[in-house]
Amino acid sequence: MFKDKSLTRRTMLKGTAIAGAALAAPTVFSRGAWAQDFRNNPGDASSITLGFNVPQTGAYAEEGADELRAYQLAVKHLNGEGDGGMMNTLKPLNLTGNGVLGKKVEYVTGDTQTKSDAARASAKRMIERDGALMITGGSSSGVAIAVQALCQDMGTIFMAGLTHSNDTTGKDRRRYGFRHFFNAHMSGAALGPILKEEMGTDRRAYHLTADYTWGWSQEQSIKEVTEAMGWETVAAVRTPLGAGDFSQYITPVLDSGADVLILNHYGKDMVDSLTQAVQFGLRDKQVNGKNFEVVVPLYSRLMAQGAGKNVAGIYGSTAWNWQLQDAASQNFTKSFGNEYGFPPSQAAHTCYVQTLLYANACESAGTFYPPEVIKFLEGFEFDGAGNGPTLYRAEDHQCFKKVLVVRGNENPTSQFDLLQVVKEVPAEAVTYPPDLYAGELGPYEV
Amino acid sequence: MASITQFNPSSPKRDLIIMVVFAVAVLTAPIWLAPVGASYPDLLQRFAIFGIFALGFNILFGLTGYLSFGHAAFLGVGSYAAVWIFKLLTMNVVLAIIFGVLVAAIFAVVVGFICLRRSGIYFAILTLAFAQMFYNLAYSVLTPITNGETALTLALDDPRAIDAMFGVDHGAGLPAPSLFGLELTGFTAFYFCAVVLIIAFWVSLKIFRSPFGLKLLAIKSNQNRMLYTGFNPKPYLLVAFVISGMYAGLAGSLMVITDPLAGAERMQWTASGEVVLMTILGGAGTLIGPLLGAGIIKYFENIFSALHHAQLAESFGFLPNALVEPVVSVVSLFVGEGWHLTLGILFMLVVIFLPGGLMEGIRRLSAYVRAKRAGDGEETVAGGATQPSE
Amino acid sequence: MDTILLQLLNGLDKGGAYALIALGLTLVFGTLGVVNFAHGALFMLGAFVAVSVNALFTISKRVKDESVTFFDAYKEQPYLEIWFGDTGTALIQWSVPIAILVAIPVMLVIGLAMERGLIRFFYKRPHAEQILVTFGLAIVIGEIIKATYGANPIPVHAPPPVAGAAPIGALFGGNEALVYPWWRLIYLAGSLGIIAAVFSFLQFTTYGMVVRAGMADRETVGLLGINIEKRFTIVFGIAAVVAGVAGTMYTPILPPDYNLGMNFLVLSFVVVVVGGMGSLPGAVLAGFLLGVVQSFASIGAVKEIVPGIDQIIIYLIAVGILLARPRGLLGRKGVMET
Repeated sequence: MFKDKSLTRRTMLKGTAIAGAALAAPTVFSRGAWAQDFRNNPGDASSITLGFNVPQTGAYAEEGADELRAYQLAVKHLNGEGDGGMMNTLKPLNLTGNGVLGKKVEYVTGDTQTKSDAARASAKRMIERDGALMITGGSSSGVAIAVQALCQDMGTIFMAGLTHSNDTTGKDRRRYGFRHFFNAHMSGAALGPILKEEMGTDRRAYHLTADYTWGWSQEQSIKEVTEAMGWETVAAVRTPLGAGDFSQYITPVLDSGADVLILNHYGKDMVDSLTQAVQFGLRDKQVNGKNFEVVVPLYSRLMAQGAGKNVAGIYGSTAWNWQLQDAASQNFTKSFGNEYGFPPSQAAHTCYVQTLLYANACESAGTFYPPEVIKFLEGFEFDGAGNGPTLYRAEDHQCFKKVLVVRGNENPTSQFDLLQVVKEVPAEAVTYPPDLYAGELGPYEV
Repeated sequence: MASITQFNPSSPKRDLIIMVVFAVAVLTAPIWLAPVGASYPDLLQRFAIFGIFALGFNILFGLTGYLSFGHAAFLGVGSYAAVWIFKLLTMNVVLAIIFGVLVAAIFAVVVGFICLRRSGIYFAILTLAFAQMFYNLAYSVLTPITNGETALTLALDDPRAIDAMFGVDHGAGLPAPSLFGLELTGFTAFYFCAVVLIIAFWVSLKIFRSPFGLKLLAIKSNQNRMLYTGFNPKPYLLVAFVISGMYAGLAGSLMVITDPLAGAERMQWTASGEVVLMTILGGAGTLIGPLLGAGIIKYFENIFSALHHAQLAESFGFLPNALVEPVVSVVSLFVGEGWHLTLGILFMLVVIFLPGGLMEGIRRLSAYVRAKRAGDGEETVAGGATQPSE
Repeated sequence: MDTILLQLLNGLDKGGAYALIALGLTLVFGTLGVVNFAHGALFMLGAFVAVSVNALFTISKRVKDESVTFFDAYKEQPYLEIWFGDTGTALIQWSVPIAILVAIPVMLVIGLAMERGLIRFFYKRPHAEQILVTFGLAIVIGEIIKATYGANPIPVHAPPPVAGAAPIGALFGGNEALVYPWWRLIYLAGSLGIIAAVFSFLQFTTYGMVVRAGMADRETVGLLGINIEKRFTIVFGIAAVVAGVAGTMYTPILPPDYNLGMNFLVLSFVVVVVGGMGSLPGAVLAGFLLGVVQSFASIGAVKEIVPGIDQIIIYLIAVGILLARPRGLLGRKGVMET
């Protein structure tokens, strides 16, 4: 009943009281005549509220904490505090450090618990109670897709954080959802040529895949690329999420005749399966006259810390790394490092950039009215965000930018120096047609 | 444990008062919950839904003493069933509720029939085993039915056969669940849930007061004695189990009515554990206790978890500047990402000091108040609804 | 053949962890009558003893990393290495075995403190309340670890000589290619050793005899003038040590995080119940049985016939056994059936 009506926290509480007293009698608020009215319209308020929805408990809590740090940093920069970080490099940019459209940026936070239900509950609280104008966050594709769908229904823009499944901007794409992070398809496209270069065309691959949608989509993408260059897939075995002990899945690899193990695992699963694969001596093994190799298609530095020195020499892809030498990455790393004492993760990077991009879109569109903001972001081309020239593709709301192929550092000098950038794969090499994964964006107006 | 003779201090008149007080309290929740920041549709809906879930769990656990560690499974299958109705047939919630409850009941009959062959911890582990199997399968191999990790949601191209037949137009976006044309979103959805909760509470009250409820309590207090008198408790237990499973199915379908999405993780053991904790925290075997427990746990999950550093600094702004930062950093251990810690401490404190759960606290408090008034030589029953049933 | 051998080893390994946790749970339940949901947390604490010892050994001097110019980055060099050279390096590398020795007194103290400070007030309380209070305690312990060490798993590596894989095939004159990680073999031997130690203690010492007698009939033992409560306190301490040391030994296999205990908790309860409430041999037997069955269910060929079987096999077996044998494999009548 409050659909399409503006609500600040206070009017909301007041409205609640009235609604309660009247026992569900529909209450109508009219807050003056704007050209376009929409949910949580800040109107003439002096500030706007953004909702940061990250995992604070559960297996991805550390990643969530890093995302939150990045968001807080972005808010500071938007409000003109600190050294500005990427505000100095992002182009084109209409932000001046004076908030967004002259309004100070404030934020609320929530805990997704890496569960769709909890994440949607938390997003709803931010929208219904706290008047959040935009929701952002993530660390798991299931959650991102669930929240994105909710935001479409609520008419609130969702700027996805870390989510790597093809589905997020594929079959589950939404008009109100945007993803800056890369996806499994792009991981495959970026890794393929390097794997060919390093390991040859005559390889036999064994997949261990987390048994849920993200794992399947990554297995699919990697299989397509490697098989196209001549590799044979010996087996693809599904492992339960959070198995902990992967030994019973790793021993069959030993005498399968495979010479590459591909771990389609993320987070704690990745840490566990990688640690145990190395313990089983896979890295020292010779098969078919070649060195046995392990590939982790999606790397996360935060998680790689959990595997310690076991990551040495193992290939994978990542969205961004703090050791990149371009001005944007250095600026961001510097201001993040000075604020918190350690470098940011790829999750932090994507969350920071997403916040700036949203703010810039509002500033440039001259309104917070979501359809206009969406239209600005669709097809938006920018540079200076750490990944080279980037396009926010209109058809599926996926960003196309450089993807990094990395290798576990053999001799790290600190706990942050874990990944070595092998190659920066240009955007063109990972671009795919928008209808490759068919999906429907849905309407602008909801 | 109170003996059965103490039970049932009720009279139809007293029950009527309880119902009226309860109904008024539920329907005015948006007003009296506003000062604590809990008065927004989503959380209010959750209070009602998990209240129903806990009420149902209490019918099994509170009355019979059988501790099910797999009740979330019925909530989950209820959710999936309801979403499938939305997808295939109609967005009208009546059919979704009926079907959700029905499917949960069927599952409960099967699971209950098997598990009730054992008692005590063996029963608990059997129910846990079934729930974990449902969860694991729903998350992985049953993905075609459950959509796995991504959760089952509505799609624009769903057939919705009945709606199509009657030419219901849902517009361009995804359709919202409705009650014969009344869209159930926001506060409307809350009041819908609230009415269902009141009915569920009434049914639960009737069960507690019925001869059937008495028999369940008798089973709880001494099953052997019942057996020796030639009374077969199994059918009664199974009926209690199925009713409680249907409550879970009802809660599950309400969850997808307020938010059309069904994910596997709501069947995980932690979710089953949550309803156990809600019930014990509030006071197992009492009428209102489980509702209180559900409310408190959901409040922590949604409100405490959302307090962050900057907000704390603001609210402690009245302190001298030098104090703000230390105070905030201590407090922030317990809120925001530390909300689990507060919940854990709360569990411990309640159990240590109030063995019967929060209801015991309320009972002690009212006994204290009564004792103070005893001088008047008149016993007043303050707020009948707070009287535990045993 | 090799596959069967390896899967058997995997299963025994896994089973070792289940058995050790279940053993402690059963000890506590059998003696004190307490359902301890915080038992998994003790396993986790044990793992974090290893993390702490490692962290202590690797307290490092931070040296500015000159190769990073745009941000104040630091290289880290442990003081132990600076002061003692190779000996220091060796100490760091051997931190897990050292941590096992440290874990014994530490876990004993934690166990005794837990029993005296909290558990003893719950002997006579209903099981539901025991569950709530120990579950609350488990959350609190987990959150304290999270606040201290963060939520990410933390790696602690096995000493270099046993970090890799043992050529078991070559050792026994079989298939040259047959290997198995050293540390897993050590872990298996360790868990068998601990189980043997616990049983010998109960079987061959007077102390153990009294405890067993107390498990069977607490009142009579009390009437004989023996302070059974004090002995049971010690038993709780022993259970904590068993779980803790199991956790410490497990760290090189599974980098621990604060949630580790919860992950093992449910499974170990299933193990205890399948073994039969209150039966120590039952707990051990069920632990190994479920571990091995789980391993074999994960073989590709099996999964092809029944998809997803590896995800549910443990629960399926549990249901089967509980229906066929009312009180689990070796359970006694009347224990926790109401």
